[in-house]
Amino acid sequence: MVGCAIARELSKFRVRTAVVEKEMDVGLGTSCRNSGVLHAGFNYAPGTLRAILDVKGNQMMDDLCRDLKVKIKRIGKLTVALDDEDEATLRRLKEQGEANGVPGLELIGRERMQQIQPGVEGTLALHSPTSSIISPYGLTIGLAENALANGVNFHLGQRVTSLSPLAGGGWSVGTGSGETFTAKVLVNAAGLFSAEVCRMAGITDYVIYPCRGEYYVLDRRLDGTLKALIYPAPKKNAPGLGIHLTPTVDGNILIGPSAEYLNDPEDHGCTSDVMKELRREGRELLPEIRMTDYIRNFAGIRPKQTPPEVGGNKDFVIEDRKDVLGFINLVGIESPGLTSAPAIAGMVREMVEKHIPLLPDPSFNPVRPGSPLFFSELPAEEKAALIADNPNYGEIICRCEKITKQEILDAISNPLGARTLVSIKYRARASMGRCQGGFCVPRITRILRDEFGWKPQDFLKRSAGSPLFVGNVRPEKGGAVR
Amino acid sequence: MNGAKQSIPAVHRDVVVIGGGPAGLAAAIAAKEAGCGDVLLIERDRILGGILNQCIHDGFGLHTFKEALSGPEYAARFIDRFRELGIAAMEETIVLSLSSDRVLEVSTRGTFQRIEAGAVILAMGCRERTRGAISIPGHRPSGVYTAGAAQNFMNLENIMVGKKVCILGSGDIGLIMARRMTLEGAKVEAVFEILPYSSGLPRNIQQCLNDYGIPLHLNTTVTDIVGKGRLEGIRVAQVGEDRSPIPETERYIPCDTLLLSVGLIPENELTRDAGVEMDPVTGGAVVDDSFMTSVPGIFACGNVLHVHDLVDWVSVEAAEAGKYAACFVREGSCALPSPIGVKPGSGVRYTLPQSVSGERDVTLSLRVSAPWRDRCVVVKDEGREIARKREMRLHPAEMIRIDLKKETVSGCSSLEVTVE
Repeated sequence: MVGCAIARELSKFRVRTAVVEKEMDVGLGTSCRNSGVLHAGFNYAPGTLRAILDVKGNQMMDDLCRDLKVKIKRIGKLTVALDDEDEATLRRLKEQGEANGVPGLELIGRERMQQIQPGVEGTLALHSPTSSIISPYGLTIGLAENALANGVNFHLGQRVTSLSPLAGGGWSVGTGSGETFTAKVLVNAAGLFSAEVCRMAGITDYVIYPCRGEYYVLDRRLDGTLKALIYPAPKKNAPGLGIHLTPTVDGNILIGPSAEYLNDPEDHGCTSDVMKELRREGRELLPEIRMTDYIRNFAGIRPKQTPPEVGGNKDFVIEDRKDVLGFINLVGIESPGLTSAPAIAGMVREMVEKHIPLLPDPSFNPVRPGSPLFFSELPAEEKAALIADNPNYGEIICRCEKITKQEILDAISNPLGARTLVSIKYRARASMGRCQGGFCVPRITRILRDEFGWKPQDFLKRSAGSPLFVGNVRPEKGGAVR
Repeated sequence: MNGAKQSIPAVHRDVVVIGGGPAGLAAAIAAKEAGCGDVLLIERDRILGGILNQCIHDGFGLHTFKEALSGPEYAARFIDRFRELGIAAMEETIVLSLSSDRVLEVSTRGTFQRIEAGAVILAMGCRERTRGAISIPGHRPSGVYTAGAAQNFMNLENIMVGKKVCILGSGDIGLIMARRMTLEGAKVEAVFEILPYSSGLPRNIQQCLNDYGIPLHLNTTVTDIVGKGRLEGIRVAQVGEDRSPIPETERYIPCDTLLLSVGLIPENELTRDAGVEMDPVTGGAVVDDSFMTSVPGIFACGNVLHVHDLVDWVSVEAAEAGKYAACFVREGSCALPSPIGVKPGSGVRYTLPQSVSGERDVTLSLRVSAPWRDRCVVVKDEGREIARKREMRLHPAEMIRIDLKKETVSGCSSLEVTVE
């Protein structure tokens, strides 16, 4: 997310920018594994980068989402007090938020709380109208595609393995596949791996403590149940904002995230104890939840700078190293990294400008073609017109989310050239529904085979090491079976 | 109804059947045979037959045709009859919405239509329960498939999903796939079932596992899925009486594929859209003895109503629904007042239909909640026994059908079905 935001920001200028990413698509790390929430900015101490960049980033999101065709819903948030101690916390948060420049903060009593979210418990709530929900993968992909359209090069599936300073300034970047890139300025936006990248450049100041948050995804049957974001008043030194329910822009509800420190920054597994706890908390918060509403689990990992025994958070590190020239370093961009991303990008651009003169590129086009809406969200007459114009819109491939063949084709033909099943899922939403791909994955497979000539061995789930199939059952005799 | 929808004119059809699998085919045929001239069947796939098309094993039609047919052969018998009767079908067509006044929004290649139906028969079948629905912990690698999806890949797409296979759940599709993958050269390590008994048919346990030396481990479940890219292995553990895993029994099994055969869920999204009253136990609609739901003119049959064990019973049930839907169109209503409730009692998980009129013969379909030997299924009207069926073997995997004559039910006030 942050890397793509920076790339897109730099694409406004006449400068050659490349993004080097170890995964086969953008945003597959922490960027797409979170609650998808834009924070208003009252939770952070005044003057910190988190406070400044969050409030600024939040303000930038409406224009950004309009240009990039990303779903955003300004549904607001209630931070709820259950006792006197919580109420004191809310008063403190309101003051802090006002000091940070958060607009529209209000303390509201039970009656207003009930108007916003019928049935919500609590004695007092802090209402923050700029708290919002957004599609985190939609935003990351939107930023990347727009950056690409404006001339940024993306090198996917390339893991950076070495950094060497060049004589006369700049860097040589080596990757696992043996490729080398050279650049005047290097931006480290490697998230969970930012400390590792630092070490490659000889910087040993930072340690990242991976802290996993697990989630449940609930069926869209409960869409509309939550009218706003509802959070408990934060507790001191908690590693996150606590387990809560979050509606998504696509109509699901998330339960989570938990917080558990681990050693492996890529262990996105879910664990039975946490899952049990999430189910318990979920039912407590929303008694309507049924067993059949659980459709998926996932986990994201926070790149924390604070070890478990300390807890809490440290401020973002965003620095133009004086000791290591041409190395702009971003470390510990955990929450609110999503909200802050566009503002971080602006800050990084100012740092880059100190090294390279940045002249505006008059050909920059901020608008990404397309629509933020899926076919299924359009009114009937627009559907009819689209189908009449292009029969592929009449063919539904993903029955749960009602995703059409054309949307699948668009996702497969994405400009970044990301071709895994997960890439199609994040773009077209196919297989995100209640049957989890049982229906559509065979059909998507058929499209890829018939229209792109794929062999069984070509299908990957997410990474190079995640083949979907082992081969044909019998040798292909030519010609489709049906 | 908003203006946008009104701007697309609606076409009228007498009976619209949603779904071209065994239920939809039998319902459409019966509606036509009952005299309804204008029957339309809507199928989302390219060809009729539904899930039967990927069921290339035999054993279908033993009751109806006294033959062991393969799935496509069984479907072909109905498709032939369907064509012979000249019934209209729209393939590659999906119903996007259904309203309580029986207006459907339908999408197909090249057209978007509104259809106003005299009667609607829901025959959408069911879908498989997924990993997410049963909350299996662990990583999310490739190589974890529902058994039916793996069957689709193997039998329709000529794609082999894996070589070293474990199967969770002893549902019939999982058992069939254990044999199928073995026949195609995969090594099937074992089938694990959390319950103390199998959830598949006894004949499938024998023919698909025992005959191939594949072990079935009861009281055992998957506790962890390992592998960040492709599946590398699973952990399994025995479960206690509360079905929680017993940690000291946990063991690791290397494998590249895990198939899930952990239950089927009736596919009732459209049903809910139309405001039909649902039965939380069956996952399907509440119906009367004409298979009409709580919304007049909307009927349901087959696996969308309740999950069946044998396709033969799907066809029988669907034919009834088709007949009554035609009657509804012809006479404006076929619904008789159905004041007699039918409830599951001790030992019975559900019964169907949920109410009867007492004015016609009726077949009660039911499932027991645990396996028993030599018991009787008893139907009582407020404590007075009206029917009894002795079974040497009762099993939750098998559906039980009890035929009741009109004279038996007439005058009853509230029925309860129990195992004694």
